[in-house]
This record gives sequence, structure tokens and C-alpha cells, in this order.
Amino acid sequence: MSIDLKGVVKRVGAETHIYETDLTFSPGGFNVLLGATGAGKTTLIKLMAGLENPTEGSVFLNGRHVTRVSPQKRNVSLVHQFFVNYPHFSVYDNIASPLRLAGITRAEIDRRVRETAELMRLTPMLKRRPGELSGGQQQRTALARAIVKDSDLVLLDEPLANLDYKLREELRNELPRLFADRGATVIYATSEPHEALLLGGTTAAMRDGRIAQLGPTAEIYRGPNTLDTAQVFSDPPMNTARVEKRGKEVHLAPGVSWPAAGPIAAASDGVYTFGVRPNLVSPQEEAAAGVKIEGEVLITELSGSESVAHFALTATETPDPWVSQSHGVHPYEIGERRPFFINVSRGLYFDAAGARIAG
Amino acid sequence: MKTENQRAWWLVAPVVLLVAFNALVPLMTVVNYSVQETFGNNQFFWHGVGWFQDVLNSERFHAALGRQLLFTAIILVIEIPLGVAIALCMPKKGFWASVCLVLMALPLLIPWNVVGAMWNIFALPDIGLLGYALNAAGFDYDYTQQPLSAWFTVILMDVWHWTSLVVLLAYAGLVAIPDAYYQAAKIDGASAWKVFRHIQLPKMNRVLTIAILLRFMDSFMIYTEPFVLTGGGPGNATTFLSIDLVKIALGQFDLGPAAAMSLIYFVITLAVSWLFFTLMTRNEAK
Repeated sequence: MSIDLKGVVKRVGAETHIYETDLTFSPGGFNVLLGATGAGKTTLIKLMAGLENPTEGSVFLNGRHVTRVSPQKRNVSLVHQFFVNYPHFSVYDNIASPLRLAGITRAEIDRRVRETAELMRLTPMLKRRPGELSGGQQQRTALARAIVKDSDLVLLDEPLANLDYKLREELRNELPRLFADRGATVIYATSEPHEALLLGGTTAAMRDGRIAQLGPTAEIYRGPNTLDTAQVFSDPPMNTARVEKRGKEVHLAPGVSWPAAGPIAAASDGVYTFGVRPNLVSPQEEAAAGVKIEGEVLITELSGSESVAHFALTATETPDPWVSQSHGVHPYEIGERRPFFINVSRGLYFDAAGARIAG
Repeated sequence: MKTENQRAWWLVAPVVLLVAFNALVPLMTVVNYSVQETFGNNQFFWHGVGWFQDVLNSERFHAALGRQLLFTAIILVIEIPLGVAIALCMPKKGFWASVCLVLMALPLLIPWNVVGAMWNIFALPDIGLLGYALNAAGFDYDYTQQPLSAWFTVILMDVWHWTSLVVLLAYAGLVAIPDAYYQAAKIDGASAWKVFRHIQLPKMNRVLTIAILLRFMDSFMIYTEPFVLTGGGPGNATTFLSIDLVKIALGQFDLGPAAAMSLIYFVITLAVSWLFFTLMTRNEAK
């Protein structure tokens, strides 16, 4: 089922949760809504489900105008971040609940419940109640309730956020396949950029109640149109600094400059915002074009095979401390001043309005 | 090196002392009286289980126990559903939620004997608002003369006084249910009754268990309000267990039978509370 939002606005009291938004997802695809907490993902999902009505604008499902149609008449499924199941029903009855309300024969219900339980590996737990299951099994039950319904539109609102790391990876790998087989349009809200990249499909990057950019996931990651999108799609956040282009050179700070190459080469002289992802800032000089810059280490984190350092640039002021994310274990000392190397060839440039300078 | 001594017992001593003087010593005094007979002069004679047999065989006790059970049953049947219904109707947020909560809490803040005194005057057939209004409306109502009127008044008073507690507990259970459950039900197209039956009621399970237990114990031991309102009358119509107990212990000064009756009373309360609790929590234990 295709879903269209046309000029949708959601205001609650004096606050605007969603600014005027046009958004179209084509039928049968896996779509990601990516944005930080409070960006408006959940509100948008509720508008699509019909749990809330837009203040302005219209919602269309398969071209049918459904703006004020109740959720049960939209044939949608919704899975929450919390594990929502009927507490005193068995897993079997929980999975059967959407079908029972739809008035389907007992034999057909039984067949579909067992099939879905098998798919979600819940068969041994059918007689138990949600309270007796682990978090992963509870969320699988909630997902089974969404699957069994055979909805055309499946809305997943950060369904894996409350699961532990391993379960999250496992379910994340299964999810696209589970729904792809059924030809449902899936909309998956997440705040984690790498989750969006793993799930693929189409991504709508959201920031502060607006859709910053919509397109194929990998494309948006590589070529964000705006600084906003780039920030949404970077975790840890993208490092930014004010740079000045003078002739054939880009100046970041006194003594820190590099030749203008790529899209910026053709741009006119002036002040720009330079952005570079943390994984392109290394504590070691590498083969790639590295521009040396000095930083004072503020915070360090070691996670497995990855070292992360937050540092302040000594030569210039930046809105936020920079972050370097590199493979291997690097010994940092808090407070030390040391060089970092920026891979400027993969950096992005944005104009004063936040639009990316594209070639 | 391993050092072991018994000094840690001193840490428990304050609690032991507190419980001893608070519960054990008074209880043992009662046990002491319940197995002895006295004819004055502070002389006591061993009487075995005689008092217990007397109490358990006395028609007076059976009648009081019967009245007590009927009263408690009526109270539970009225107050629990009514409390849940009111809680369901209350707004969940905003200005009016606070107003409702304060209004609900008011009856709970009034001292029990004041409640009795208030209703005593309120229900008087000649000058009380309620009594006068009922008679004016054509009902033959006089709680000082008719057992039925007296029961009606005592029950109405208790419902007015204590339904709030059930409301507050049920309300606390209701607001603790995340919106996500209601949304899921809405998407499934569940009716208001189904939402109540399958989401709200199971989620209120724990607070309702507490509400039922509290209301059972409190109403089973009710004393002050009927004592002030009717003094157990007319006749013995509203002489509940605790009123009867006080009559025997302080009115007649029959210490032995009163002590035996206290213990039987205590065991019944304990047993029924345990029964309620076990029945209501057996699903969770599974």
C-alpha cells in the first residue's frame, strides 16, 4: 500500500510537532524514518496509523483519503518500543486477538496463528503469558500480532530499542525479510543511523519536526543535501567548523589549510561550514590526504576495537568539541595536546543556509 | 583470618523490642485472659479452652458474626465496582484531574468519630437533611427505630467514607497504564468494554487486590462510625463483632470470654485475608 502525506501539520497547543510535510512511500518497500528523539517520528507514525489527526493536511492510503478514518478501518499494524501485549492472554490468544476482532473462522485463525508463531519461533511459548516471557520473546509476540494481521501498512516505532544488543541484531536481520514476503509497506522509525544503513531501503531523515531529506538510504548517507541531514545521519555527531575559502585554498585556522578540491573548488570565495564524520578524523597519519590539526583531549572512550576521543581544537573555536573515531586501541591521556589528521577529501561543505555545496 | 561472634544480634534487638511491646506482649495478655477465670481479688484459675467453646457455641456470637459478614459483603460488593467506575470516569490529566483527586481525598481526611457524628445528625428524621428529605419523599425512614433504616444509613455512611480509597487506588492503577496499550487496542478495533476487560482490569489487578484487602479488613473491624451513629442499635441490629466485643469486655467486664472472642475474631480476619490474597494472586504465582 502506498502512503501519502500532503501538507500535513500537527500542532498541540502552541507547540508545533510536525511542520508542513509532504511525504510519499511507495507500496511494498522497507522505509526508515531516521531522527533523534523528539524529531517527530512517533507523531508522524501516529498520524499515519490514525491514532492522531493532523491539524492541517491530508493522509492518503493507496490514493484513498483517510485523514479522519479510524485506525481499525485503515488495516494498519503498529509495534511500539515498549512490549505491548494483552497481559492476561496467552501468547496464542495475543497473536489471535487482531483476527478474532476481524471475525475470521476458528480454523483459519488457528492456522494463521500457528504459522506466524512458527515464523517468529514462538511455538514453544504459545501457552505462556507475556509476563512469563523474556523481553525479546515479548517483542516477538507483539511483532507476530502485527504480522498475523496481514496489514498493508506496518508501522514499527523503534521496535528494537528496548532489547539487548544481540537480540536487536538478530531481529533486525529478520525484519525486512519477514515483511518483504508479504508485500506490506513497512515504515521503521529509529534514532540510530547505523540501523538505517543496515536496513537499507528508503530513508526519510527527520529533524525538529521536518523531513530533512528523503531518498535511498545509502545515497542520503553519502550525499546529504543539508547540514541537518548530515547531522541526523551521523553518530557520533558530525564534526563541524567554520572555514574560509580563499582562491584555491580552504582555511580552517591560522596555519591549517588545504587545497580546495572537489565541489568546493568551483564555489565562490567566502565563509562555509566544513563537516567531517568522526571516522575520518584519525590520531595517526594515514596514507589518505591528512590535514594535521592540534587538539586537546577532553574525553576518551574505548569500545572493543575502537577508540573514541573528544577533543577541542586549539587553533580555532568550534560549536561543539570534535570527535575522532578510529580502529585499534590508541592510548590517549586526558588533557594532552596531540595532533589529529583530518581526511579532508571526504569532508562536506555547507553554505550559510546549511545547503551542501554539490559539484 | 575468620572472626565469628554473636554481636550482630544487637543490631536486631531494637526491632525485637519494638515488636515485643507493640504486638507480642499485648497479644499474650489476651491469650492469658482467654484461658483463665477470675472472681476478683486478682485471683486467676485455669479454665482451659472453656471460653473458646462458650463463645463458639453462643448464639449471640453467631448473630454478630452473621451481621458482620453480611455488612462486609455488602460493602465490598458496592465499594469496589463503584470505586473502579468512578476512577474510570475521572479525567487522566489537566486541571480537573487535580480537582477530582482533592475532592476524592476529602472524606478520607475526616476523623472516624466525626464521620459518625456528622451522619448521626445528617440522618435524623426530624431535623437531619437526609432523614427529613427521605421522609418528605414518602419513605418511612428512621434509623433510630427501624433496623432496615439503620443498616441503610451505616452502609451509606461507609460507602461515602471509604469508596474514595478504592477510587484513589484504582485511579493510580489506571494512570500507570502506558498509552501504547490503548493505541494497540484502538488499532485492533477493540470496544470500550474489551479495553476494560482485557487491558484496564488485568493491569489494575495488583491495586485492586490491595483495595479489596484493605476494605475487607477495615469493614470487618468497623467500630467507631456505627458506635457513634447507632450504638449498635436499634436493638442489636447493627451490633457488629467489634461493638459486641467492647460490650462484653468493658460493659460486662467478662474478661475471659472477651479475650477468647478477640482471638477468634483475629483468626477469622487473618484467615479470610489470607484466602482473598491467595485467590487473587494465584495467577501471578503460576
